[in-house]
Amino acid sequence: MNIAAWFFYLFSAMMIGAAFMVISARNPVHAVLFLILAFFNAAGLFLLLGAEFLAMILVVVYVGAVAVLFLFVVMMLDVDFTELKQGFLQYLPAGGLIGLVVLIEVAFVVGAWTIGPVSIANVTTPMPPGMTNTMALGRVLYTQYVYLFQAAGLILLTAMIGAIVLTLRHKAGVKRQNVAIQNARTPAEAVEVRKVASRQGI
Amino acid sequence: MSHLSAALAHCLPELILAAGVLVLVLLGAVRGKESDGLVTEIAAGLLGAAILVILLGGKTNAIVFDGAFINDGFGRFMKVLTLAGSLVTLVMSRDFLAAEKIDKFEFPILILLSTLGMLILISAAGLIALYLGLELMSLALYVLAAFHRDNIRASEAGLKYFVLGALSSGMLLYGASLLYGFAGTVSFAGIAETINGKASLGVVFGLVFLMVGLAFKMSAVPFHMWTPDVYEGAPTPVTAFFITAVKMAAVAITLRVILTAFPGIAPQWRQIVIFLSILSMVLGSFAAIGQANIKRLMAYSTIGHVGFALVGLAAGGEAGVAGVLAYMAIYLVMTLGTFAGILSMRVNGAGVENISDLSGLARTDGVMAFFFAMMMFSLAGVPPLAGFFAKWYVFNAAIQSGLYPLAVIGVLSSVVAAFYYLRVVKVMYFDEPAPAFDRPAPAPRIVLAVSGILVVFLFAYPGLFIDATMAAARSLF
Repeated sequence: MNIAAWFFYLFSAMMIGAAFMVISARNPVHAVLFLILAFFNAAGLFLLLGAEFLAMILVVVYVGAVAVLFLFVVMMLDVDFTELKQGFLQYLPAGGLIGLVVLIEVAFVVGAWTIGPVSIANVTTPMPPGMTNTMALGRVLYTQYVYLFQAAGLILLTAMIGAIVLTLRHKAGVKRQNVAIQNARTPAEAVEVRKVASRQGI
Repeated sequence: MSHLSAALAHCLPELILAAGVLVLVLLGAVRGKESDGLVTEIAAGLLGAAILVILLGGKTNAIVFDGAFINDGFGRFMKVLTLAGSLVTLVMSRDFLAAEKIDKFEFPILILLSTLGMLILISAAGLIALYLGLELMSLALYVLAAFHRDNIRASEAGLKYFVLGALSSGMLLYGASLLYGFAGTVSFAGIAETINGKASLGVVFGLVFLMVGLAFKMSAVPFHMWTPDVYEGAPTPVTAFFITAVKMAAVAITLRVILTAFPGIAPQWRQIVIFLSILSMVLGSFAAIGQANIKRLMAYSTIGHVGFALVGLAAGGEAGVAGVLAYMAIYLVMTLGTFAGILSMRVNGAGVENISDLSGLARTDGVMAFFFAMMMFSLAGVPPLAGFFAKWYVFNAAIQSGLYPLAVIGVLSSVVAAFYYLRVVKVMYFDEPAPAFDRPAPAPRIVLAVSGILVVFLFAYPGLFIDATMAAARSLF
């Protein structure tokens, strides 16, 4: 067994263990930290596949942004996770049974499955020679699939417009900051000097 | 670079809409409330420009953008229908939205985005483009259904459509992933090549799930549950948009997927199409009988009409597809006219939508009653009007391919359906007058009259567009 295989089993085992801890840890903060550990191991697996760019993006985006956001939410909101988890064991037998039935069905389907010859050829897609990861991804996203990429952008625009249309309400009487008026104020109109008599107040 | 510009030339209508939307969003955001009318006018202009580009532009067929986009006669035909549906709906909607105080500049923008999604959908030559087009179209539709956000029924319609639409998208994606797993390619031509006449389990699974997703968008039975509620709850112009433009795009992509990706396993998909078709025709005919609300009636009517159109697809072949195209073209004209009538149903400034509100319309507004009755006769398929030809083409195609039971069920259910269309006519002509409608806005009235003239004209001179449907159908084979 070569060293890459050792690392594969190391990363995979740690990832499965961390993923299991995410759902079983009592403390939600610990659960998020285990999630981050799982992300790091997934990044390691990507590295083994030769996909450095994806590995780095996974760390930057998921660990750097998403997981930190989770941590914030967990710490800011007072969610009683132990209460949410109650009944987990109670429903386990029924859920497990359904899961088992689905598993058997899937096994039946997969057993009778014939995979097209083209798919098998697609399983390993080698990197084009003389190209970095980033370049290959960029060529796929921005050249080969530019039409679909732009269409996806329009879908996001629609989602944004839709959210604004359905939720934005213009309230009357909201005080807005007007920097120009603020800067134009002079001490004469902003400050009033009064003589206060002793023991009188204003 | 010339490669890209050649590709862009093929999707000029899409480019016009996409660039126009971006400009209009900016215009609306900068100018605010007073830009409403201007945005609608520009949006209508853009839709008209897109139609002109398709009609006058190059007629060369090509697949560009690495197999994502196909420009062919079928696509151009369906795109013109879709754009015409959007354009007329948008023009008719102005007065209604203003009266309901929901005339925001986002309305035309969402219509444009949804139409753009439909164009992408109609031109999809692969599964990814199909999904992206479908989502772009649907996402804007969910928002449009709930556009009257302070109205509880509109909000319910939007939410219901959204939840069920997301479910159907999931089904469609599952089917697409199975197909990709089998074929190793997302392009329809590639899938057809891989299948090569062998109906293996994976392909049939994928086909079924894909059909479920598409049947949901067409609102074919048994995936129609959402249709009456959504069509009733949504603002009337939005319902008109759902029934006209959206139906065109949904039927177009169903034809394209089935005929270009699965030509080799016709027995498999024909079963599904016949099943959907019979159920839709029967349910559309019987369930509409008890309706009191005209929008709900039209919802069941559209379910039935999708069933009739699917008869042509089940028949297959060029004649069948040409029949579907002719059916959709005539259906577009009839429903636009009908909704022009429904949009004119306002009493004392408030919209009414019950069939009983039409009582005695012949005495209070004879012209409108005449044209509205014409639409009803045409929808029912009564001979001197275009609706008869629509049904004749698809049933004829079915008989030619030996699907006698399907044709018989179709004719019988269209007889049943005639009952509720004629009931509307009876209410208008023979019942005691209900309060007269307000003076209708000019746009719906013109649309109603033009549709009335067209349904007679298309009956008298069917040759004018039958050649076009035949040419369009040929490009799919």
